[in-house]
Amino acid sequence: MTAQRMAGIGRGAPVSIVVDGSPVEAFGGESLAAALLAANIVQLRKSPREGGVRGAFCFMGVCQECAIIVDGTVQQACLVPVHDGMTVTLRGSV
Amino acid sequence: MALPLVLPFDLVVIGAGPAGGAAALAASEAGLRVVLIDESAAPGGQVYRAMPAGLSHSDGALGPDERAGQALREAIAASSVTWKGGARVWSISGRYRIDTASTAGCESFEAPRLVAATGAHERIVPFPGWTLPGVIGLAGATILMKSQGMVPGRRTLVAGCGPLLAAVAAKIIAGGGEVAAIVDLSSRADWLKALPGLASRPALLKQGINWFLAIGMARVPVLFRHTIVRAEGENAVASVTASPVDGNGRLSGGPERTFEVDSLAVGHGLVPGAEIPRLLRSKLAFSAASGGWIPVRDTFGRCSVEGLYAAGDGAEIAGALPAAITGRLAGLAAARDSGALDSARFEILSEVTLAAFRKTLAFSGAARDLMRPRPAMIEDIAPDTVVCRCEDIRRSEIEAAIAAGASEVNQLKHFSRCGMGPCQGRMCGDTVAGLVALHAGSREAAGYWTGRPPLRPVPLSMLLGEFDYSDIPVPEPAPL
Ligand code: FES
Repeated sequence: MTAQRMAGIGRGAPVSIVVDGSPVEAFGGESLAAALLAANIVQLRKSPREGGVRGAFCFMGVCQECAIIVDGTVQQACLVPVHDGMTVTLRGSV
Repeated sequence: MALPLVLPFDLVVIGAGPAGGAAALAASEAGLRVVLIDESAAPGGQVYRAMPAGLSHSDGALGPDERAGQALREAIAASSVTWKGGARVWSISGRYRIDTASTAGCESFEAPRLVAATGAHERIVPFPGWTLPGVIGLAGATILMKSQGMVPGRRTLVAGCGPLLAAVAAKIIAGGGEVAAIVDLSSRADWLKALPGLASRPALLKQGINWFLAIGMARVPVLFRHTIVRAEGENAVASVTASPVDGNGRLSGGPERTFEVDSLAVGHGLVPGAEIPRLLRSKLAFSAASGGWIPVRDTFGRCSVEGLYAAGDGAEIAGALPAAITGRLAGLAAARDSGALDSARFEILSEVTLAAFRKTLAFSGAARDLMRPRPAMIEDIAPDTVVCRCEDIRRSEIEAAIAAGASEVNQLKHFSRCGMGPCQGRMCGDTVAGLVALHAGSREAAGYWTGRPPLRPVPLSMLLGEFDYSDIPVPEPAPL
C-alpha cells in the first residue's frame, strides 16, 4: 500500500523526517501516518501479544494502531503533523 | 509548580463537529459563556475536518462539506465561544469538572452544564486478515483523501455498506487511483428502496448519482450482496476475497472472487461514541437502527443525568445535517435551563429548529438502513479470527470465556482482557457485545462496558508536563 499524493493539492514546504536513521521526504501539514504511507512504509509496529504486523487503521485517533515513537515519545502518527527533522523509531517494534 | 487552574464557564461542549459547533454557537448567542473543546487543531469534526495548515486545493475549489466546515469555523471564530483545540479530555467528574491534556499542558474547566458531541466511530466486523497493514477503515480512507489529499493505495478495494462506499470509490477514481472492486453488503434492491429517502435531499442525491456515474465510467466491478471473507498478504494486504451473502449478512456459499490489491478500505456502518454519557452513568438504551447503545434523552438532548446533553452522531447515527440540528437544540436547551433564554424565546427558536429536523428524517433513515448492522456477520466470524486487535484475542477465546461463565460484556472483559487495550474497546466493543448476545439472548442482556476514566488514553508525560522530582518540596528533617 503506497498512498498517492493527489494532483491539485497545494502542499506545505518540503520537510525531511528521519525514520530509523534514513531520510524520508514529506510536506508540511501532512500527518506522519499519511507521510509514511506515501513513502511506502506501511508496517508501523507489531502487536504486543502475537507479534502480528500492524499499520495505521482508522486515521482518526481511535484505534491506536499507529502509536509509535516520535521524537522520543509514543505518539499517534495519524494525529501528529510532520516537521523538519522529526525522528521516528520503528526499529525494535517492527 | 503552579496548581492547575480550573476555568469556570456556563457550558462546556466536548467535540467540535457539526453538533458540538452548533451547540456552542446557539448557547453563546443566548448569552452563555461557552468553552468548546476538541482533539483537532481546528473545529469541523471528522465530516467537516479542516485541511491542515500547509495543505490546500490549488484551484481553491471546495466541495460542499468543505464549504460547510469553513462556514462553521468562521462562525466559531466570530463568536464569543472560547475555542480549545488540540486538547484531549481525559476525565470528567462532579458537575462538571473537565480535565484536558495537550502538548501545551493540562487545563481544567468547570461548568454546571455539559454537551457531549463526540461523534461516531466505525463498525468493522472482523474477518481473517483485517489486522494486516494496508487494511484501513472506510472513514479513514475519507480522511486520507479529504484532509491529506492522498489516495490510500495504487489499487484499492472498497467494501462494506452505505453511501460512504460510493463516496470513497468515486474519490479514489477522481484522485487518480484505481478501484479494484466495490464489495457492497446491500443489494441493488436495497439501494432502490433507499432512493425515495435519499431523494428528499436532492443536492446529496445528485452528488450520489455523480459518484455512481464515475464508478460506472471507470468500469469498476460492483459486487452487490457480497462481503469480504479474507484479506491475505505477507506483511501487508496483497489480495482480498469476497463471497455472496444474504440480506442478513450471512454467507450464502456462492462463488468467491479474489482481487489483487495493495489497499482495502472497509466499513460496516457507524457506532455512536457515547462514552461521556456512559462514563457519567447516564441512562442508555440499545437501538440497532441508531447504531448501538445510545443515551436516553428528550427531544432537546437532555440526558437522564442533570446538566448533561447529548447531540449528533454520538447520541444517535443520523449524519452531519441532523447533527447540526440536534446540536443546536442541545445548545438552546442548555441556555434555557441556565435561565439565559425565557420560555417564549426558547419555544420560538426550538420550534423552527425542530421543523428543520423533521425534514432530515427521510434521508437519514434511508442512509441508516443501508448501514444497518447485519447480525449474521457476527455469527459467521471464524473461531481463529482476531476480534480484539489491541490484545490479539480471537473469537475462540471469547467463546471460551463465555463458556466459563462470562454472561455479560464486563465479565467477559475481566475473563479475556477484551477491551482492555489502548483503544479501550472502541474497535471491538460492538462485535464483542454481539458475540455475548448470541448466548445472553439480546444486546440488552449482553450490556455495555462500564465507562471509566481516562476517557482517552493520555501519555503520562502530558499529564506531568514539566514536572520534576526536584520540584517536590522536601520538608526539613526533624531534629533528632
Ligand atoms: S490510525 Fe487509528 S489511532 Fe492512528
